[in-house]
Amino acid sequence: MYLNQYLFLAAVLFCIGVYGVLSRRHAVLVLMSVEIMLNAVNINLIAFSVHIQEVSGQVFALFVITVAAAEVGVGLAIVILIYRNLASPYLDQVDSLKG
Amino acid sequence: MLATIAQSLLAEGEHVVDSVGEGGHEALDAASWILQQGWLMPLVPAVSFFAILFFGKRLPRKGAEIGLAAVGFTFLWAVLSAFEWIGGSAVVERSTTWFSNGRFDIDVGIHVDGLTVMMFVVVTTVSALVHVYSLEYLRGDQRFTYYYAALSLFTASMLNLVVADNLLQLIVGWELVGVCSFMLIGHWWEEKPNSDAALKAFLTTRVGDVGLMLGAITLFFAVGTFNIEAVNQAALSDGIRHGLLLTAACLLLLGVAGKSAQFPLHIWLPDAMAGPTPVSALIHAATMVVAGVYLVARTYGVFFEGFSIDSGGINLLALTGGVTLFIAAALAFVQHDIKKVLAYSTVSQLGYMIAALGVGAWTAAVFHLFTHAFFKALLFLGAGSVSHAAHHTFDMREMGGLRKYMPRTFWTFIIGTVALAGIPPLAGFWSKDEILLGAKEGDFGTILILGSIGAFMTACYMGRTVFLTFFGEYRGHGTPHESPGLITVPLMILAVPSLLIGLINAPGIEKFNDWVAFHVPDVTFHLEHHDFDPGLALISTVIAVFGFAVATWVYYWQKAPKGLLERQPVRAVHTFLEQKYYLDHIAVSGIAAGTAGPIARGTYWINQHVIDGIVNGVGVATNRFLAPFTYDVLDQELVDGMYDDIAGATSAVGGLLRKAQSGLIQRYALVLFAAVGAGGAALAYLT
Repeated sequence: MYLNQYLFLAAVLFCIGVYGVLSRRHAVLVLMSVEIMLNAVNINLIAFSVHIQEVSGQVFALFVITVAAAEVGVGLAIVILIYRNLASPYLDQVDSLKG
Repeated sequence: MLATIAQSLLAEGEHVVDSVGEGGHEALDAASWILQQGWLMPLVPAVSFFAILFFGKRLPRKGAEIGLAAVGFTFLWAVLSAFEWIGGSAVVERSTTWFSNGRFDIDVGIHVDGLTVMMFVVVTTVSALVHVYSLEYLRGDQRFTYYYAALSLFTASMLNLVVADNLLQLIVGWELVGVCSFMLIGHWWEEKPNSDAALKAFLTTRVGDVGLMLGAITLFFAVGTFNIEAVNQAALSDGIRHGLLLTAACLLLLGVAGKSAQFPLHIWLPDAMAGPTPVSALIHAATMVVAGVYLVARTYGVFFEGFSIDSGGINLLALTGGVTLFIAAALAFVQHDIKKVLAYSTVSQLGYMIAALGVGAWTAAVFHLFTHAFFKALLFLGAGSVSHAAHHTFDMREMGGLRKYMPRTFWTFIIGTVALAGIPPLAGFWSKDEILLGAKEGDFGTILILGSIGAFMTACYMGRTVFLTFFGEYRGHGTPHESPGLITVPLMILAVPSLLIGLINAPGIEKFNDWVAFHVPDVTFHLEHHDFDPGLALISTVIAVFGFAVATWVYYWQKAPKGLLERQPVRAVHTFLEQKYYLDHIAVSGIAAGTAGPIARGTYWINQHVIDGIVNGVGVATNRFLAPFTYDVLDQELVDGMYDDIAGATSAVGGLLRKAQSGLIQRYALVLFAAVGAGGAALAYLT
């Protein structure tokens, strides 16, 4: 089993996530991209955990999954509020802090 | 966090550290069981908070019964603790690890000594009476349940604050009482002024809290622990460099000024009167606002050494207190709102306490805290009763003559007034006299003079309030009536300590000194306690009586020269006071407008106002001084040109920064990722 394959997969996923966060206008898609980034990190954690025979990496991955679930809960609540206030799910319309 | 304490303390496991006083385990028996269970004090109201929140609405009395039961329990426990402490218990010190991050442990624990027990009694007494009073005062309120939940949470946080054995836990309580204060000031948030007042109170105290946080961190890095006793020990035994102590003391003082409404951060307290009156009595008179005084008293080692209080020179602490007590008393004269008079009076009395701590009169400050809590809560609840009777107004211009309609409220209010003014043998006299005595014996002439003038003004403005409210003819609408028993009984209960509690430190008795003292184990540190001075007591009594006499002359017999207020100098002072020294204007238009909004707007504002102002100012000055020789060359070409360039450059920078503040979250994220990428690349290249 080669470590680099997993790391490569994780890197590709992470880049897709970053691209999604930066380029998608729809708030739900941005949240999904954040999830992809988090899962890329999980793959890294588990791959290294297996590689160095240390279980704490997997435990940490479980933590990340839990926190990610909570984060999506809060994130979707914010998206709903944004939608209610602006009648639009697009993030580029949320610019009331503009200087 | 409270659950963590409870769990570990209930478990009594191996990791629970029990150490009592100096004697270790032999002394364990000497510490009373009741005091050792001090952790119950914050826990019970905290449980009550959740119970009211979840089940309150379904109960017959909408959750008030849970709150009453919890606060009744804490009150009984506080009384038992007081008896145990007076009976001669050792100091209780228990703690357990909350979390540890490898290098150091963060503890959570309780420290119960005389000061803690005294605060237990103050907080639970006033809180219990306010719980009862609110049954009537907020009857039928649309957020009745929510109100009682907030009262429970407040009681829990305040008790957590006073029982904490380390600064971090204290800060948790400190912030929680701030939140409760915010929630309760804005209880009737449908009206804009109320929610504005809540925000103002929260934000103003936050300004101070930054200082508190930084001060605690400074002490942590200086001592290596948040434990208050260890901090005091290190401070008093030269374990910390003086410069560091001074920094920490100044930072903590900022937090104290925010919470205890000291000049110049006192501006939130009068606005906080927008909340329900029982809340004002509990939070903004008797308990939360004295948290700052409590903090100074608790970490007195830091202040004593940091400000070199024993050296006898004037120090920042005494000066803050002295200035506050004077300016707030002056402001109390021009208020028409009876609660605002009392609010400024509270600020002024808090100034007395801080000044007392500044002159080294520790016991006097704590004693004044103790007595003030009772009579000021009495006055606030009395004001609430008056408003309850006079159709929910607090404006004294619409009152008058209420003496006939509400005798119980009148007499209890009179007791509170006389106690506050400092007429013997009521409570306020003994504590205020001790403060003046401390100032005199410590050679703090300024504080002695300010304190004496303050005593005169206190008697005078309280006389004005009483005459405007209770004497003369009724000027409001309808017929006023006495309030029901749920309101008057708490008043009568509070009148008893207002009358008598001062006697426990009267000459010949002097028990309070023994019960509540500043004591740090393993350090030789002794605060002098001065004997009663009959001469000073006589002078301060005469001053107070004179204050009443002036008030009687002006407001009862109305003998003041006609049209006094219309005369130019008097008018000017009056306006100056009515505008509250223009401090609110400075705070709003100067500080708030300067910092609110994005950085770009701030830069632009500075460019427009400050730099242009400086340019103009410097330009004009230069012109006058060096004209006409250098006018053309220096002024026009060089100076103006240079400043024009600076102004232009600033404007350009402002414009650039403005563009960066696009408000688009994804553009910010792009910058973030780019920075991380660049940083990662740099790291990879360098290593």
